[in-house]
Amino acid sequence: MAVKKFVVACFDEEDVLFKAVKQVRKAGYKLHDIYTPMPIHGLDTAMGLRDTSLHTAGFVYGITGTTIALSSISWIFTKDWPLNIGGKPHLAIPAWIPITFEFTVLCAAVGMVLTFCYLCQLAPFVKKHHFHLRATDDKFVMVIECTDKTNESEVSNFLAGVGGTEVNVQTAETGWWLGTYDKEQKLYESKTETVTA
Amino acid sequence: MASKYESLVRAPLVDGSKTYHQVTEDIVRPIEAPPTRSWWIGFIISVVLLMFGVYSIYREVTYGVGQWNLNKTIGWGWDITNFVWWVGIGHAGTLISAILLLFRQGWRTGVNRAAEAMTIFAVMCAGQFPIWHMGRVWMAFFVLPYPNTRGPLWVNFNSPLLWDVFAISTYFTVSLLFWYSGLLPDLATIRDRAKLKWRKKMYGLLSFGWTGSTKHWQRHESLSLVLAGLSTPLVLSVHTIVSFDFATSVIPGWHTTIFPPYFVAGAIFSGFAMVQTLLLVTRKVLKLEDYITMEHIEVMNKVIVLTGSIVGIAYLTELFISWYGANKYENWAFFQNRLNLLSPYGWSYWLMMGCNVISPQIFWFRKMRRNIVVTFFMSVIVNIGMWFERFVIIVTSIYRDYIPSSWATYYRPTIWEVGFYMGTFGLFFTCYFLFSKFFPVIAIAEIKHILKRSGENYKQKMVAVEGETADAYYHETQHAHH
Repeated sequence: MAVKKFVVACFDEEDVLFKAVKQVRKAGYKLHDIYTPMPIHGLDTAMGLRDTSLHTAGFVYGITGTTIALSSISWIFTKDWPLNIGGKPHLAIPAWIPITFEFTVLCAAVGMVLTFCYLCQLAPFVKKHHFHLRATDDKFVMVIECTDKTNESEVSNFLAGVGGTEVNVQTAETGWWLGTYDKEQKLYESKTETVTA
Repeated sequence: MASKYESLVRAPLVDGSKTYHQVTEDIVRPIEAPPTRSWWIGFIISVVLLMFGVYSIYREVTYGVGQWNLNKTIGWGWDITNFVWWVGIGHAGTLISAILLLFRQGWRTGVNRAAEAMTIFAVMCAGQFPIWHMGRVWMAFFVLPYPNTRGPLWVNFNSPLLWDVFAISTYFTVSLLFWYSGLLPDLATIRDRAKLKWRKKMYGLLSFGWTGSTKHWQRHESLSLVLAGLSTPLVLSVHTIVSFDFATSVIPGWHTTIFPPYFVAGAIFSGFAMVQTLLLVTRKVLKLEDYITMEHIEVMNKVIVLTGSIVGIAYLTELFISWYGANKYENWAFFQNRLNLLSPYGWSYWLMMGCNVISPQIFWFRKMRRNIVVTFFMSVIVNIGMWFERFVIIVTSIYRDYIPSSWATYYRPTIWEVGFYMGTFGLFFTCYFLFSKFFPVIAIAEIKHILKRSGENYKQKMVAVEGETADAYYHETQHAHH
């Protein structure tokens, strides 16, 4: 979490955006992120992002659920309190399939959603910097991070050249902080405290 | 040129000339406008119904289950009928959002959000019935397996009633997570457009700080796909388990192996009917005819005639097997208690047959499938029929049991039994009215995702490439990207 400088450009068309991404990567600029109103298939690959492993996490949560359900029911019905139900076997695995299945699904779903929220840092009261408010409406907002070697005006001209509109430079914090969206965006690091002597 | 080709044979899923911004405007507009007069009228009626339901439950808790007309013979009446009915309705949402996602059915995007909301509200209503039927409801937590000071005395893991506890609660949780994770981007859209302070604050809170980052979208897509993959067997398992409540018993009329597929088909049937009822009104009132088009209505009517016919075949199979099985008690349940119109509850069987099997057959005609008045009327008829299906299964199987001395008892519900049912309608519609006012009833991001492929104005651009070969088109689009 640090305050950094960014060059921001908006795009309206997917085709223009894909070409621009390619050129930005070729030019070697540091692509911070692209904010889009809907998922755009292939954009993650074009940006060079690796595939997500969220589904693997889901599988692990599911298997955990299966294990917990089967082992606890077996322990309860054979060791802890073996109920005699019409003389039927205590280890009645077929009868436990429904609950085992439901519990597997429950663990996988809840675990995955929590992991998703954790990875994307999504939670109530979490506030993040928004480079352009129409990134959730109809604009594809490309954000390039400025490093020590970056020349802002050069990047701005470059982005305008590849079809970006509303090109501007913003200083923003990359992480999240606690706050509400009805207040002016103010980073906690840039808040000034008045000290009276 | 748009980079994705879709055949012109497919009708557009979004009518009119739309841009991304126009989609946002159309769907968010009703949320930003003050509630209309008709919204208030509908909402107040729903709340009044809900209050009546609360009072009916108060009577039941105070004076006991005796407030209902259940007796020794008919231990399950309206309450469990209503439970199965609501759970069945709650199946269409997940079917639309999960199974149709896996089958890559583009038309689901117009209706999935409202259908999922309907699912959640219907399951909430369904859950009320078994909970309050417990009588001593303050001990409802006894159904949960946890180490306790009563032995520890555990729940019976071999009982279908306990499977139901797990099935319904899992189904509710997973549906809620699926629905809400899909809502996050759309809530962020409303937040970023908001001018009013409270709206910015409220949607800021609800949208969890969603930004639309590409990495987040990538994870979101993965999450939706896996949740769809999990929900698909889940939705089938839930009504299967509900049917086990009956099928694993030894009561003639319940003890049939056909129940699981038959119940699942019936659930989809009634769920789609309820989706039609709600969406026909919603699209009209919120002016969303461009997004919930005649195509959507027609496709859902096709599902209704298909599942209605599956249910019809199940009814006939049951009759055949009962005759072929030659068990006299089962013969009695099917041919005397149900099929015989002159028996005390024979009317309910034929009402069910008429509503569920015979009347939906009009949807074989395209003209009828595309007629809004007929569709609305049929959607109500189907839900009446499906209510009677559960009533027939439950009441006609038990009202003439093995002791002929209790046969004289003709079961009629009391006003408090009816009031409880009415109360769940109140709960359902109160939730739906709030949902349609404060949440986007159509998945905005998903519509934008299919817009350039299936929007009417974009499809017209496809005319030019219609004559091209696949290779030439592929070549062209590949070069457009690089």
